[in-house]
Amino acid sequence: MSLQRFTQDALSEWMRGKGPRSDIVISSRVRLARNLSGLPFPMLATSSQSSDIVRRVEEALRSDNRPAALDKAELIRMDDLSDLEKRVLVEKHLISPHLAEESRHGAVVLSPNEAVSIMINEEDHIRIQCLFPGLQPQEAWKLADELDDWFERRLTYAFSETTGYLTSCPTNVGTGIRASVMVHLPALAMTQQINRLFPAITQVGLAVRGIYGEGSEALGNLYQVSNQVTLGQREEDIIEKLTGVVRQMIQHEHSARSRLREISLTKLEDRVHRSYGILSHARVLSSKEAMERLSDVRLGIDMGLISGVSANVMNELMVLTQPGFLQTRAKQRLDAEERDIRRAGMIREYLSMKREGQ
Amino acid sequence: MQCQECGKRPATLHYTKIINGEKMEFHLCEVCAKEKGEQMAGMEAGFSIHNLLSGLLNLDGQFAEGQPARSASSSEGLRCKTCGLTYSQFSKIGRFGCSDCYKAFAERLDPLFRRVHGHTTHRGKVPERTGGKLRIRREIERLKQELSARIQKEEFEEAARLRDRIRELQAKLDS
Repeated sequence: MSLQRFTQDALSEWMRGKGPRSDIVISSRVRLARNLSGLPFPMLATSSQSSDIVRRVEEALRSDNRPAALDKAELIRMDDLSDLEKRVLVEKHLISPHLAEESRHGAVVLSPNEAVSIMINEEDHIRIQCLFPGLQPQEAWKLADELDDWFERRLTYAFSETTGYLTSCPTNVGTGIRASVMVHLPALAMTQQINRLFPAITQVGLAVRGIYGEGSEALGNLYQVSNQVTLGQREEDIIEKLTGVVRQMIQHEHSARSRLREISLTKLEDRVHRSYGILSHARVLSSKEAMERLSDVRLGIDMGLISGVSANVMNELMVLTQPGFLQTRAKQRLDAEERDIRRAGMIREYLSMKREGQ
Repeated sequence: MQCQECGKRPATLHYTKIINGEKMEFHLCEVCAKEKGEQMAGMEAGFSIHNLLSGLLNLDGQFAEGQPARSASSSEGLRCKTCGLTYSQFSKIGRFGCSDCYKAFAERLDPLFRRVHGHTTHRGKVPERTGGKLRIRREIERLKQELSARIQKEEFEEAARLRDRIRELQAKLDS
């Protein structure tokens, strides 16, 4: 299969990078945790109770006037997928590793553009997730809220007047909402201001963590900012606070970029072009190096230092070069060394395709 | 098959261990397995939000040490009648077994919620279909706030309309 076809089939809406503030914000996600009343949470549910939950959601989906976002949505059972297929869904951020590996009767409802994924029998019975490109947490919340209302007309949730939506983990109780925004902050990282920014963010009840990295390490300068508090605050306030903080981070990143341009333009140009050169020609690339180089190239594109490559190169390649994707494209299992070779090949081919084509 | 540890929940973890050359079979439910520190294949060992949480929960135990033994033992005896989870199991795993656990452990949860969230009461969304009276009460609260704002601005016509609406809702609530 040509790379063009493969990426068309493989990419979700959010990776195409068309959204507000998409020069810095990759994606916005809202997740609502819900449980059905009268049944134990997935951790303690028996096999028949768990499969009953899938059946109830399936039944709800069969009813008339589905919301537009769920039009043609499909329910997929984890048991029907191969390990590799599950892995690809995890790499696309559509399901969690927990659902893929540990759930009993785990399932996911996926909309065709993959903006909506509803996990069933993860840590909670139902987890509604909406994923939008760029800075759109408000839009993601609106859609999640609408889907939640639609399900609630057909299913009875575990809800308490004082404690709100009851969840398996006490860190989700109340609103059950986790809103998160993925941001690319290379200039703040290069100028070492990022570590000063984080304590301020944690103080207002938000959390920041690196993604694709081990522990706190952020590969490719990608960070996820999300709310920690779910009880005692209104959803709208949580979303507003998150959006406000992210807007400030964008501003800081912009001023760090301007400063880099002022004080060390040549060095910066050298760095991004070196990375571009390596991505265009290397024969072996670890995922760590690939992410770092992609981050440099993306910065170069955003700052107008590299031309002729589209800005979504990082969004797309960071997903396409994950192990699951590489193996799916190769149609075989690959060990780490073979993956590094395939990764370099995929990136070379992708970049030359982007140079010629669009 | 029932869990051989608690004898209540279905066993979901089956494994064989060789201890001092002797083969032993185990059939445990997830709760007891976690409590015994057995890890499922592919499960991440080590540091997680749940470890962190159970750290928070166990603080209670440390504080309770200086108190009369009665209070400590009474909290250990807390048990959810619906799913069988005990408070001490909950404090180790950091997860509830079912929605009734919230009622069963209610007396111990406010300090936990305050530590995690800084609050103890839900102020967000209420389910449309089943939220019934709570939804109405929230609406009345909102209207009352608007009412006093209108009165301050001396918009009496609008205020009167709001007052009638509040009365209507109040009647609905009392019926």
